[in-house]
Amino acid sequence: MSGSKPEPRGWRDLPLSALPYKLSLEYKTGDWRALRPVIDQSKCVKCLMCWLFCPEMAILWDGKQVSVNLDYCKGCGICAHECPVKAIKMIPEPTE
Amino acid sequence: MIFFSKKSKPKIPLEKQKLMTVNGDEAVAYAVKQCYVDVVAAYPITPQTIIVEKYSEFVADGEVHTEFIPVESEHSAMSACVGAAAAGARAFTATAANGLALMWEILYIAASLRLPIVLAVVNRALSAPINIHCDHSDAMGMRDSGWIQIFAENVQEAYDTTIQAFKIAEKALLPVAVNLDGFFLSHTLENIYMLPDDAVYEFLGGPRKVAKTYVDYLGKEVEAKLDPANPLSFGPLDLYDYYFEHKMHQVEAMKEAKKIVKEVHDEYAELSGRSYGDGILVPYEVEDADVIVTVLGSTGGTVRWVVKKLRQKGYKVGTVRIRLFRPFPFEELREILKGAKVVGVMDRAISFGSFGPSFLEVNTALYDLKEKPLLVNYVYGLGGRDVPPDLVEKMFMELLEDAKKGVVENKLRFLGVRE
Repeated sequence: MSGSKPEPRGWRDLPLSALPYKLSLEYKTGDWRALRPVIDQSKCVKCLMCWLFCPEMAILWDGKQVSVNLDYCKGCGICAHECPVKAIKMIPEPTE
Repeated sequence: MIFFSKKSKPKIPLEKQKLMTVNGDEAVAYAVKQCYVDVVAAYPITPQTIIVEKYSEFVADGEVHTEFIPVESEHSAMSACVGAAAAGARAFTATAANGLALMWEILYIAASLRLPIVLAVVNRALSAPINIHCDHSDAMGMRDSGWIQIFAENVQEAYDTTIQAFKIAEKALLPVAVNLDGFFLSHTLENIYMLPDDAVYEFLGGPRKVAKTYVDYLGKEVEAKLDPANPLSFGPLDLYDYYFEHKMHQVEAMKEAKKIVKEVHDEYAELSGRSYGDGILVPYEVEDADVIVTVLGSTGGTVRWVVKKLRQKGYKVGTVRIRLFRPFPFEELREILKGAKVVGVMDRAISFGSFGPSFLEVNTALYDLKEKPLLVNYVYGLGGRDVPPDLVEKMFMELLEDAKKGVVENKLRFLGVRE
């Protein structure tokens, strides 16, 4: 948001009552993922079972192709488990 | 002890105050009635029941505008108060012993969200075995939850402190627990002076005013409350990234709180003519005392009476009643105790495997002194066991003996337990 101070901020700059100072939209919940889903587009039949079952609503469907929003994907692997044509593979995230 | 100020006349002289014969619980209920409380959520538990009983009468008779929520447990009572206070209401609840233990989880939430809730704790022993009588072990259980804790000595003080508590809470933005001893105060009739309703209204500055805070995503300063026009989230997930910083808010608020308690106490003393020491400690005959005893709650009166008697016999003894337990007045207590040879610390609770809770605090207060007084911990009156003056006198005699010898062999002693 406009006018925001850079992170991390000291306790004096935070609002009272342990209120969050930024919107929840700005929190990325996928940054601690261990496995990442990779979709084999040649196998994908666009049944959207992955979209239906994703608990994080991290599967995106633009009308032509299925993709994954990695900002919010937690790597649970439900999409890979539910895919009827085994088009999704879970591969380990690179560790530094 | 009540000190009626002799120098200046109070704003509301005694003849304009109403003399009422009430017990401690009723006194608290009347105080809450005068404080324009929006929400009372409570569950009955002995010896607190009369507070809520009396207050629900006020609600039923239409004497107050309060929303009364009869909840199904203390956990819900505090939860309802947290919700109400987060929406900007002035909230009150009362409890005791196991009820307070059931509230434990929400006590931390109330303090961390900086909600100025007032809680009357009618001190009672914790189970097992089941015991409904006075004991401070319930209050000591909530010691670290971030609440301001004040101990009243008599019914008049319970009334006065409850009114002060709302002002302290709203100034410090911390919840306040007003402790009164179960049965000794809660069920004992006393004549007390009550202020007129409009004087209390003026003292509190009318209904609760919600504190403001700057929130980045709204780009402005807003009231820290649940408000659809300025949406805020209370109590969201806050991991190792910001939890520590938010705890610092509470640390700083507690630092400020001691000053606020004093200020509010002084302001109330001007209004009513009643003061309790400096608002945090009530010393008695401590100037040249060799033996000083610290005490919490209603036992303060007994100890003072014994001190008076022993002074007449020529013994140099004194006492200081700790009125404010959290935040603990370390510096002020050190100033009072540093001249003594022996300090006895009376505790109506015990930390098993350690000492009484207030002993640890007094010990910490004195640690930095070069010449330290000897310290003895007296655990007394557990489960409502009576503390008659001759038992207190016996304690003073033991302490005077220690002062003569200059050593303390047994640091933890039990007063009034059968061998």
